[in-house]
Amino acid sequence: MGFLNRMFGQREPTSRQIAKERLQLVLVHDRIKISPGMLDQMKDELITVISRYVEIDADGVEVTFIQSKRQSRLTADIPVVGPVRRPLPKAKAAQAGAGGDG
Amino acid sequence: MGATVITITSGKGGVGKTTTTANLGVALAIMGQRVVTVDADIGLRNLDVVMGLENRIVYDLVDAVEGHCRLRQALIRDKRLSELYLLPAAQTRDKTAVNPEQMVELCNQLRPDFDFILVDSPAGIEQGYRNAVAPADRVVIVTTPEVSAVRDADRIVGLVEAEEKGPPTLIINRVNPDMVRRGQMLSTEDVVEILAIDLLGIIPEDKEIIISTNRGTPVALDGRSISGQAFRNIAGRLMGQEIPFMPLKGQASMLDRLSRFIRG
Repeated sequence: MGFLNRMFGQREPTSRQIAKERLQLVLVHDRIKISPGMLDQMKDELITVISRYVEIDADGVEVTFIQSKRQSRLTADIPVVGPVRRPLPKAKAAQAGAGGDG
Repeated sequence: MGATVITITSGKGGVGKTTTTANLGVALAIMGQRVVTVDADIGLRNLDVVMGLENRIVYDLVDAVEGHCRLRQALIRDKRLSELYLLPAAQTRDKTAVNPEQMVELCNQLRPDFDFILVDSPAGIEQGYRNAVAPADRVVIVTTPEVSAVRDADRIVGLVEAEEKGPPTLIINRVNPDMVRRGQMLSTEDVVEILAIDLLGIIPEDKEIIISTNRGTPVALDGRSISGQAFRNIAGRLMGQEIPFMPLKGQASMLDRLSRFIRG
């Protein structure tokens, strides 16, 4: 079966590709010493903070570390829906409103 | 000028540190260099058997450090190559028998008499590893194309970078070109991309290594095997020569060739 798949180009990822992807993922966390759980927590907090300013699609948020050479870079891809729905603050109202509205 | 101290380490055990140390020692000595290999795996001595010198040990590294003998007396000369020596580890002690400062001092005593001091590190990242890396001018990391070995190698890269040793270089051992081509093994390019350090050499998987280790005659003594040639190439690179990586050709099966032909 394996060779038929290969011949007709139906490609499942090879174990080589799987190994590479698994390693890249686990090394991101090894290198910056942050667990997947902490990454989720950070993502939730980011969503909370950003939502105070713009309305975002929380389900579409992707927070990932990418590696270039041995340098780690944190990227957040956050779909913006629009301006936040509450009436936008004049200077004083902003101060008052910031605490309440999540 | 004095010797360059090169520590061979890996994080994970069983990836070929000791075999690499023995063969690079042999290969450098064949090229006319004065070499001493130092077994820093105290309590788990093995470099002596891999080099075939186990019957000639009288004193060891810990004896020399503790002053029970002169350093010169603990060195075993390899009779096959006039400029190759081994400093064996103690077998009855443990890693705490020496400390990093003593290893630095030991290597400093050896430096004037040699061109290369190759330190074979124990596995792990504890004191044995720190003892082995402390005297290093350069660190060479050995890995195999397996997830566990590459992950541990990455940890070592991070630790070495934190010290000021300069960037470590990489030897990828036991590469099986047929498996790589079939998508069953990480390629050397994959491993280099993941670890992002410079490649020093590639050792193809070779039954000759097991056979030669059985006999205590490192493959590099005889340049005819593919792995022996690979070790000699690495030795040349350590001496500053520009030697291209050998092309790793596996045996392409009929089926592989057919399927590649059909897929284009």
